[in-house]
Amino acid sequence: MGEKEETRDKRQETSKDNAPSNPPLKIRGGRGSYDSSQLVATRDAYGEALLELGKKRNNVVVLDADLSASTKTGTFAKVFPERFYNMGISEQDLIGTASGLSLTGKLAFASTFAVFETGRAWEQIRQTVSYSNLNVKLVATHSGITVAEDGASHQAIEDIALMRVLPNMTVIVPADGIETKQVIETIADYNYPVYVRLGRVKVPVIMPEDYKFSIGKAYTFSLGKDANIIACGIMVSVAIKAMEILKENGIDAGVINMSTVKPLDNDAVIKAAKASRLIVTAEEHSIIGGLGGAVCEILTENYPVPVKRIGIKDTFGCSGPAEGLMKLYGLTADDIVRTVKEAIK
Amino acid sequence: MNPISVSRDINFLRRQAKTVRIEILEMLTEAGSGHTGGSLSAADVVTALYFYKMRHNPKDPLWKERDRFILSKGHAAPLLYAALSLSGYFDKSLLGTLRKIGSPLQGHPCSKLLPGVEISTGSLGQGLSIANGIALGLRMDGLNSRVYCLLGDGEIQEGQIWEAAMSASHYSLDNLCAIIDNNGLQIDGCCHDVMTIEPIVNKWIAFGWNVIDINGHDIGAILDALDEAETIKGKPTVIVARTVKGKGVSFFEGKVQYHGVAPTHEELKKALRELEDNG
Repeated sequence: MGEKEETRDKRQETSKDNAPSNPPLKIRGGRGSYDSSQLVATRDAYGEALLELGKKRNNVVVLDADLSASTKTGTFAKVFPERFYNMGISEQDLIGTASGLSLTGKLAFASTFAVFETGRAWEQIRQTVSYSNLNVKLVATHSGITVAEDGASHQAIEDIALMRVLPNMTVIVPADGIETKQVIETIADYNYPVYVRLGRVKVPVIMPEDYKFSIGKAYTFSLGKDANIIACGIMVSVAIKAMEILKENGIDAGVINMSTVKPLDNDAVIKAAKASRLIVTAEEHSIIGGLGGAVCEILTENYPVPVKRIGIKDTFGCSGPAEGLMKLYGLTADDIVRTVKEAIK
Repeated sequence: MNPISVSRDINFLRRQAKTVRIEILEMLTEAGSGHTGGSLSAADVVTALYFYKMRHNPKDPLWKERDRFILSKGHAAPLLYAALSLSGYFDKSLLGTLRKIGSPLQGHPCSKLLPGVEISTGSLGQGLSIANGIALGLRMDGLNSRVYCLLGDGEIQEGQIWEAAMSASHYSLDNLCAIIDNNGLQIDGCCHDVMTIEPIVNKWIAFGWNVIDINGHDIGAILDALDEAETIKGKPTVIVARTVKGKGVSFFEGKVQYHGVAPTHEELKKALRELEDNG
């Protein structure tokens, strides 16, 4: 699996779509490491953030299940081999071992692909990490359909739902490299279970350089009078593009980056609903149980307005290039634009 | 730092094991449900751990240098509660609240509610991975503390046990000692009918473990095995404790139907009489 992944990564790096002119990323700590001209995969930002954290704190331990080259925990492993544990291809043991390490005061990060971390080891996460409220950081990469060519078996489209339903669990879906670094830094000081959902492909850097992430706090790019798009992960940059197209069409739409899916920023959701009376949610995840579900739960109980959910419509993905799959499953800016137009007609 | 009197006094430990069994039976009868057979079968092993082998401090349950006990077969919670109570972690009167609303004595152990419980368990197959993680962490911290993990024999049918068996061996966790309560029975019947687990010893040897095969009711043999495990370097040890389900109460012994059933008040009376008569 890992080997195949690397082959694909190399192709990715030379692809025209992925800004080959970008210089190699420099490892810099904290915020402001990337600028808005860059495309950065959130997993790359994770690898850099982990290394920074490892330098600052000697209680950081990292565990992986034979995918360290792909999840980028390998960056940490090279510098701190004595604090890195490769568990082999055994996700259940990965979660249990990370839990045991946390019981001795270690700040444990457990990483693998999202589909295996939250699916294969869901019960281990429930019984140990979540039930005992342990300081274990579950940071999974390769979420969503942009895993692409590997196909449905590797595309986690239900992981947000699986993690969101667990008591004590915080669920964070960073939108870009800047936010990913902020998230890793922030959750290091939060001594409870956290699930962080990261992606494989390079995505635009959209968060401001001085952005400061806090758990449970949404970032509002702008509020629209006609519609507000609440998005997470890679769909935030797609939503921004949609907002711009809508503006050209005379429609005033806003965008909110709801990176913390749990606990949801209820105030931001209700404020957006009051501003526009139409909410569109956008996520690279099933429309069932994820961000769309969470937003609907809050709005129906507090301020019911029409909600349209952009996401995978209760189906599995398939193999293909990431961009083609985003089109196939209705996750493009044009899809958001069409949805808004139809809803406010 | 260790207020538990460390004693190789076998008669004392036998008496402690008897007290543990009596408390198991009383709390289960009061609760009206729970796992009798597998609590009684491991009573001698757990008594040897809490009153002979383990360094621990009931007045300071989170003492950094303590040895750790992970009850991977979480359904033997009554056994753990009896050992903790007798050690002084909490008042004996709490035992009567087992499985009742508001009690820290949950049907399966919950570490958030009860001091002395290292980690919540109950879903089988998961404790050994956790024990491995603790053993790794202790080693990183340069502590000599040891980790003990009690597994059920049916429990080793879980695949995760073998993932963890591989990891413990790969990382040479000689500060870890697993103990298998090999009473030969599981809910649906005999292990060899439901899903064969033998040859247990050869399986663990093949996974790179040091294996000690003993009679799990022979206190002297248990103490020797626990002492020997501590001397083995470079690999983890597993003690295969050959036990009898329901041990100590003749009409529960070897009876699969008492896996998950509590004694009635009548049965309790008879059982207590029998335990008293046998010394």
